[in-house]
Amino acid sequence: MYTNEMKIEFDSKSENEGFARTTVAVFLTQLDPTLEELADIKTVVSEAVTNSIIHGYENKEGKVVVEVRIEDRDITIKITDYGVGIEDISKAREPLYTSKPELERSGMGFAFMEAFMDELDVQSSVGAGTVVTMKKHMEQRK
Amino acid sequence: MEIKLEKTGNTLKVLLGQEVDHHVATQVKEQIGNQIQCGKTKHIIFDFSHTTFMDSSGIGMIMGRYQEVNRLGGKIYVTGIGKEINRILELSGLYKIVTNLDKA
Repeated sequence: MYTNEMKIEFDSKSENEGFARTTVAVFLTQLDPTLEELADIKTVVSEAVTNSIIHGYENKEGKVVVEVRIEDRDITIKITDYGVGIEDISKAREPLYTSKPELERSGMGFAFMEAFMDELDVQSSVGAGTVVTMKKHMEQRK
Repeated sequence: MEIKLEKTGNTLKVLLGQEVDHHVATQVKEQIGNQIQCGKTKHIIFDFSHTTFMDSSGIGMIMGRYQEVNRLGGKIYVTGIGKEINRILELSGLYKIVTNLDKA
């Protein structure tokens, strides 16, 4: 089985959202993904990293870790923060629910992650942080 | 990331940059807010001609502007929608509150 891994860690600044999704997309170009697959992956990385910055660290300083593992044509993306954690994960995952309506959050973040990836798992403990793990099978290009 | 604002009568046209995420959405919100406070802006047109990426933060930003102009009896329009942005707008149900000028 072919495997390849990468890991980046960066400060929880909104400027880094673009850096994170672009870096992941570039790493995955070795799988020759379709434009749609790449767009989907950029979106989900952006959603999870933005969640860490806004909700996990509430715009305070912290570190966000993004890990990507390739196993043949299956990819796993793991996004970790050490922020406040999520009290009620199933509530947070409900479409249109947001804990921060005053910040004009649409509540669509987890809905996009679910729609664009094959699997989504959210582990969180209050006061310790959150780990979002997403999996997707990349189609073989004809 | 730059955006361009252009005002014609009571309509504000916002030409968005290549990527609209949380970082950019915060700036766009501020700039449009200044324009609305100056008065006379009722309708907003978001021009996505240069935009290839938008996430849920962009959706939230447009929903916020919708609430603002809705109070003034105004509307939100979009134009220049490519494949990627269309997917996001459809999935989020945003077409219920915004009108696509290119399809009108």
